[in-house]
Amino acid sequence: MLSVLALTSVVLLGIASQITAIVVYTSWERHALVGSDVRLSCSFFSWQWTSPDVTFSWHYRPDGAKEGIAIFHYVGGAAYVDNKGPFRDRLEFVGNPSRRDGSILIKNLDFSDNGTFTCDAKNPPDIAGRPSSVRLLVFEKVPVQAGVITGAIIGVVLGLLILIVAIYYLMRFLVARRVFSLSMSKHGKKGKGKEGSQQKQAGPLK
Amino acid sequence: MLAILFATIVLHLTDLIILFVSTCTNAWRTHGVRSYDLWYDCTQSNGGYHCRGTSDADWLQAVQALMVLATIFSLISFIIFLCQLFTLVKGGRFFFTAVFQVLASLFVMSGAIIYTVMSPEWKNESDGYGYAFVLAWLAFPLTLISGFIYIVLRKKE
Repeated sequence: MLSVLALTSVVLLGIASQITAIVVYTSWERHALVGSDVRLSCSFFSWQWTSPDVTFSWHYRPDGAKEGIAIFHYVGGAAYVDNKGPFRDRLEFVGNPSRRDGSILIKNLDFSDNGTFTCDAKNPPDIAGRPSSVRLLVFEKVPVQAGVITGAIIGVVLGLLILIVAIYYLMRFLVARRVFSLSMSKHGKKGKGKEGSQQKQAGPLK
Repeated sequence: MLAILFATIVLHLTDLIILFVSTCTNAWRTHGVRSYDLWYDCTQSNGGYHCRGTSDADWLQAVQALMVLATIFSLISFIIFLCQLFTLVKGGRFFFTAVFQVLASLFVMSGAIIYTVMSPEWKNESDGYGYAFVLAWLAFPLTLISGFIYIVLRKKE
């Protein structure tokens, strides 16, 4: 019984590694300031063990251009960075291929670096997969995201409104309690006074 | 008396509708088939609308917030009016209703002013102003008048 189960799981795993392709992960979009450095991360998921022949390649397409250029390639344990194109002397490999990390570091950003960076990873024999792209946006000043200020203003005003209403009702409740306790002591004195006069009247009758 | 009550309610509902339309439609400025602000930048082409988001400018987000707040406060004011209509003592004034309506009027005034001052800087000066912008400016005096009416109005014996 156990051997049948083991055999089934091995067969299933074998089938799974045949039908699921390698999946490459990068960020969706990166925002960075002019002159700063940005780390573009790339990782992959594969059913196979990490092969010693694993390759990473990065490809850059500027905004508005139709074609792009290759800027980085890692193969056979060695990293080859761009030494002729727009990223010469600015590109550095900071990944760890044995840990499935193919990240690159771009230093001293400029406005001309706006564009799409595509990472393609291959883990032989798992090579059929779709590369993943990350968009780089370079700003002079990082803008506030849409809706942050809107939400903050609305939240603060409505919060103040709820706070004022809560304080108002709390004040009313407290004042009502004080009034309540005042009238209690008044009733108490009146009751004692009535009893005293009744006793005095009953006294002479007896 | 019933006529005054009816007229007040109609005025308040008109204010609400104007505020909703001005806040929700994207027609504060227009340029041919393109209309934009407060939320989207839409161009009508080939029988359909192609929309993208407007700028993330700080002042535009403030205008968005102020318009939404004005609409919310006017709505709250209307609900409080309906409540106070039944719970107020005879001869009492609709104070709470007036407060919220005047606050709504101040918010829409601030929003319209900020938009008027900051807008020509951002987009081309040749772009025209859309109906939502006009409605926003119209909402300000109408809500203010409605608020003052609530201050003056008394519940009849």
